[in-house]
Amino acid sequence: MGIDGLPFLTTRRDAVLAWGRKNSLWPMPFGTACCAIEFMGVAASVFDIARFGAELVRFSPRQADLLLVAGTITFKQGPILKQIYEQMCDPKWVVSMGACASSGGFYNNYCTVQGIDQIIPVDVYISGCPPRPEAILEAILKLQYKIENPQKTPAAQFMAKEPRFDF
Amino acid sequence: MESAIIFKKLREKFSKAIKGSQDRFGQLEIQLKAETVAGAVAFLRDDPELSFDMLVDLVSIDYSEYPGWTGDRFGVVYLLKSLTRGHRAQLKTTVLEEKPEIPTLSGLYANANWLEREAFDQMGIRFTGHPNLKRILNHHEFVGHPLRKDYPITRRQPLSVSESLMDEMAVRLEEKGWE
Repeated sequence: MGIDGLPFLTTRRDAVLAWGRKNSLWPMPFGTACCAIEFMGVAASVFDIARFGAELVRFSPRQADLLLVAGTITFKQGPILKQIYEQMCDPKWVVSMGACASSGGFYNNYCTVQGIDQIIPVDVYISGCPPRPEAILEAILKLQYKIENPQKTPAAQFMAKEPRFDF
Repeated sequence: MESAIIFKKLREKFSKAIKGSQDRFGQLEIQLKAETVAGAVAFLRDDPELSFDMLVDLVSIDYSEYPGWTGDRFGVVYLLKSLTRGHRAQLKTTVLEEKPEIPTLSGLYANANWLEREAFDQMGIRFTGHPNLKRILNHHEFVGHPLRKDYPITRRQPLSVSESLMDEMAVRLEEKGWE
């Protein structure tokens, strides 16, 4: 007898919730630079983020559960990014896309935040300047693994134990 | 119009203020005293034969580490162009480190408002008579002027609260007839 003949299945609640969450990530792009253009390529048909269930891009943080920070974050934008993050409903995840968002990139100067993990906790980092679309898809897969296996993966982290700047 | 004629017309009017002039890569450069810049620019703009009706750019220079420089610390350069006649000129002036003040051009050219705010923000040059001389690129909690040579390039200054910008918005609303 196949699975179709069964009237019901038994599973763990966490497992079925995680399965639903990982396959329907709604990303909100916080795009400030060329990484955001690269994200458009990922969302479009050639690379097609819809294959991983994350194609419903929302431009309101209240409707999204994946914050995709794509681009250079300056100190002037720091409070804005923090506010956007806090407006998102739990559970929420953060992907730091590209060199600038992850570490400041080559902007080692007076106005650029040296990594968004000084402001908000980050789940997955993507290297590259800008990253290839495949790298973004891999980050989605990594995040899906993380959602499915929370006990095997570390929680979203700040750069330091405490946030360096408390807004 | 020929550079020589432009310079001659300006010298007739501002002979005492002009410190020198030279041909800078085919473009006329006039050095003059800081306090007379606003008057000279107004003359260049309003004279019907000169009619410099466009302020292309306004830049500031920190000469403190410039090799062989003995003059005042800061330089301010105005790049002017006449759209109707097609000629260009640049005015150059210097201001003291202790008193980096220069009269504003914001009454003559609308874009001078933001250009002067940028020069104030990044270099700390104060434009006297400016309607709203405050930071434009850096955030409002920033201390110091980052493009000065004595500002350490990696001294970072976090911002705690975003600015409301209502002081600028109120002026705009008034201009558009909302209160």
